[in-house]
Amino acid sequence: MAFPILSFIILAPLVGVLAIAVIPKQKLLAIRSTAAAATFVSLAGSVLICVLYDRVAGGMQFIEKLSWIHSIGISYSLGVDGISCPMVLLTGIVIFTGVLVSWSINERVKQFFINLLLLSVGAFGVFCSRNLFFFFLFYEIAVLPMFLLISVWGSGDKYYGAYKLTLQKIGGSVLVFIGILALYAVSGQNTFDIATLSRAEYLISVQKILFLVLCLGFGVLALLWPLHTWAPIGHAAAPTAASMFLAGVSMKMGAYGILRVAIGILPEGAKAIMPYIAVLAIINVVYGAIVAMAQTDFKYIVGYSSVSHMGLVILGLATLNWVGISGAVFQMFSHGVMTAALFALVGFVYGQTHTRDIRELGGLAAKLPIITGVFVLAGLTSLGLPGTSGFVAEFLVFMGAFKAYKVITVLAIIGSALTAVYVLRVVRKVFYGPVSKKWENLNDATAFEMVPLLILTGAQIFFGIHPGALVSLINIGAKAVAVKAGGGLL
Amino acid sequence: MTYVWLIPLIPVLAFIVLTFVGRKFSKASAYFAIACTVVAMVLSYVAFFSVLGGSSFHQAFKWFSISSFKVAVGVSVDSLSALMLIIVATVSVLVQVYSIGYMEEEDRFSWYYAVVSLFTAAMLGLVLADNFILFYSCWELMGLCSYLLIGYWYEKPEASSAAKKAFIVTRIGDIGLLVGIIILYITTKSFNFNTVFSTHIGGGIATASAILLFFGAMGKSAQFPLHVWLPYAMEGPTPASALIHAATMVAAGVYLVARTYPIFQASPTALNVVAIIGAISAIGAALMAVVQNDIKRILAYCTISQLGYMMIGLGVGSLTAGIFHLMTHAFFKALLFLGSGCVIHACHTNDIFEMGGLSKKMKITSWTFIIASLSVAGFPGLAGFFSKDEIITAAFKSGNYVIFALALITAFLTSFYMFRLCFVAFFGETKVKAKKAQEAPLSMTIPLIILVIPSIAAGWVAFSFGNFIYFKHPHAAEMNILVMIASVAMGLLGIVLAWGIYYRNWISDEEISRKIGPVHALLENKFYVDSIYSFLAHKVMIDGICSGFAWADMKIINRGIDGIAQLINWIGKELRLAESGGLDNYTLITFGCLALIMFYLLTLIF
Repeated sequence: MAFPILSFIILAPLVGVLAIAVIPKQKLLAIRSTAAAATFVSLAGSVLICVLYDRVAGGMQFIEKLSWIHSIGISYSLGVDGISCPMVLLTGIVIFTGVLVSWSINERVKQFFINLLLLSVGAFGVFCSRNLFFFFLFYEIAVLPMFLLISVWGSGDKYYGAYKLTLQKIGGSVLVFIGILALYAVSGQNTFDIATLSRAEYLISVQKILFLVLCLGFGVLALLWPLHTWAPIGHAAAPTAASMFLAGVSMKMGAYGILRVAIGILPEGAKAIMPYIAVLAIINVVYGAIVAMAQTDFKYIVGYSSVSHMGLVILGLATLNWVGISGAVFQMFSHGVMTAALFALVGFVYGQTHTRDIRELGGLAAKLPIITGVFVLAGLTSLGLPGTSGFVAEFLVFMGAFKAYKVITVLAIIGSALTAVYVLRVVRKVFYGPVSKKWENLNDATAFEMVPLLILTGAQIFFGIHPGALVSLINIGAKAVAVKAGGGLL
Repeated sequence: MTYVWLIPLIPVLAFIVLTFVGRKFSKASAYFAIACTVVAMVLSYVAFFSVLGGSSFHQAFKWFSISSFKVAVGVSVDSLSALMLIIVATVSVLVQVYSIGYMEEEDRFSWYYAVVSLFTAAMLGLVLADNFILFYSCWELMGLCSYLLIGYWYEKPEASSAAKKAFIVTRIGDIGLLVGIIILYITTKSFNFNTVFSTHIGGGIATASAILLFFGAMGKSAQFPLHVWLPYAMEGPTPASALIHAATMVAAGVYLVARTYPIFQASPTALNVVAIIGAISAIGAALMAVVQNDIKRILAYCTISQLGYMMIGLGVGSLTAGIFHLMTHAFFKALLFLGSGCVIHACHTNDIFEMGGLSKKMKITSWTFIIASLSVAGFPGLAGFFSKDEIITAAFKSGNYVIFALALITAFLTSFYMFRLCFVAFFGETKVKAKKAQEAPLSMTIPLIILVIPSIAAGWVAFSFGNFIYFKHPHAAEMNILVMIASVAMGLLGIVLAWGIYYRNWISDEEISRKIGPVHALLENKFYVDSIYSFLAHKVMIDGICSGFAWADMKIINRGIDGIAQLINWIGKELRLAESGGLDNYTLITFGCLALIMFYLLTLIF
């Protein structure tokens, strides 16, 4: 048997959790370094699988399987394809940079990193699982620690935010759980194995109902309108690293669930329901942008921008064609690193100015040129400027979507042009403008603080200039889904 | 000709180096950027002359692909792109040399050069692009550079909001461009220019995609109704305005139409749209220029107006005339802007009525400026005369007499407002701000002197130009002596009138504006277009729709979801009452249920 690299990626943060648990709580540096080391190992592993993935062979690779409860087909079964590889990489990047930006956390450091690392165990697990039982288990692991992260280390109306976010997500999980059990029951295959379930035959009516249930269930995490309100409220209350994880990874778990479970197992249901989901997706895009334009809280702006951008992901999925799905996955990656960067920057600015109200900020560029530069760059990714990963993502989604939904696509292009309005509004209000005396004591990012920002920005630029590195991977996985759902190239 | 790849890549190198280590070099960063652009310029001239010698070049690499959906990075050199290369590279070098003096006191000196280098790279890449995606990418990067340069003095609120406005308005145009590109791909299965043009495109699709592409061009080239950003863009440093907002980037829209001309030729409707929008922009902007007092704003409206001319040329079917005017305009407008930069540098004001008498204090600046003004006014023999005359002739020949008439009137207005500017700023009594004015340093005046040459002589190639540019088919400029006389007369009339009002003071301009009160108000308020947009953007969109949606999101959608939670909570509370803890209650319920079950079983039996 080959080296179990996927288990290695998933378990590294878990080992980190155990190690942190036995380190005395006064040894802050040891705790932080352990967290950084554990997540770095996962990051290195995730880079490795993206590089080593055999693009010619395609399909599921790095497969591991241990039967657990044989009678009902539950097994610890892992594998990654062209879609999950970039998601694992995204998780690795976001969690490692999340640990680095949390260096300055001083309250209950030990528990903080334990919770943060647990989240990543869940996320890695979701993206690697080939068995629905473990998929759901990991899915929940990636939800629950967030409650503690927000309610203990959060700010503002943190209890409301924590409850809201957790309950809404669990509401979605209930639908997902019902869907998974129903799949098990109606397939008659006596298994939770995704590949087997997707080969089973389902009545068209069953497909439609179950697809809808799963799509709405995963839709909560993927910010499908109108199930999205946990995001801005939760983000506003969450500590920086939790926000980065929420927007960077959690939302992608929802979209990934739609792709892998709902579309992958129920392609006929997808064909019937997706045109309606596409309508919700366009509402996401335009509505999110419009609401973002009216916000004054920095985090709400970024939060609603996620509502808009996740709409593009869902629109890409709704095309059910090869290019559109590739675009959706590219956008999942691109939005993940971009929004993680934005939240890291918001956290940085808040940490120094103690306000997130953009009306009170202003003129920061003179004191924080590096932070400004990184923010403008992430903003450009957000508005899809060529040369950043955001352009490739949006371009592929639009190309795929135009064939399937002409009017909706034009609206989506208009909606994503609105991104420029709120991004540049923030740049103008927060960073441009007269230099204020208030900000005389601000310090630009130190070399250490630059590391996570460089990683996140580097990813946006690298995959913007050399998108082939990711597209060559993604399109393999997207093809399999598109073929199953009967969608063509475009 | 593989070296062509280096033309855009060398300025990219300058951008990267200056962004990361420019601060340490300060002044040296200018020399580095200039050296890089000079290399690009030399290579451009080499490419130009080999195209003149009959060679061409095309090479493409895969960028990324999904099966047969392929996106390439490719360059192609033909006569049109070769011409654009030398225009862009030459003006960029001159502007950068000029900027050494103009920008020397700035803190972010190397950042300025970094962005100008990136802009130069993007524009050179744009003209070399062999496909829509590379074209669009460079197009957007130019927009970014424009944003960064307009907002160069970001501490000034006017500059930062002008930058934002420029980016957003051009982005609105880009929506059309992108949709047009997508439609063309769906129709032809390719992004490559040659493949798209050689595929037959049906009439309706051709019209739709041509107009959508043109919408993008309207944003970039500041054509009505997307012209509003350009006058505000003058908040940026003047040399940047000269390069980006006068000579090169704003002409990219014209270049786009010229590059995709086969699609426009397939649709007479689309060509008409181009001509009409061009004519409206030409005369509208010229009218607004007449009442401006800010030297840069006058030039900005002049740019819109001249770009409108180019669009007229393209729209009435004369690619040659449009591109010819693009070339001559690039030189004399760059000269005008650089000249205005010297003036502003010397007087510390933009208001022409605070200057006066500068021709004695700043001889080189004044006289080069006046020559460029004569060129833009179409004075016989100068560059602008040939190109403008070609456009007006083409409009006449196409039979669009309305557009022809508008073009003629615009010619009159152009020479009037340009010489209003000249007489007020350079002649007459010296006002306070101009008292201490001195001629600019050599690094600033030498570019002016160099630019005078093409501003005079660039038109002399008129007769061979058409043959060169028009897809290599003979397409020489045609002359119509009557049209020529008419346009020259209009130009001279404008100069004489400006001379009479602003030099000899036959009649005070204040009196005129009183007499035509409502018209003057209309022009001063820019036909109320800016106010309408501002109302729509701020009151209707932000304060109305956006705030309304934001309110609804929290108060209706979010409350609704909270309501579900509260409902569940309430049900739980109510059901809890059933768990009273009293044994009698439980017994009652148990027996009740048992009775129901027995009743059910009995019904089964009987």
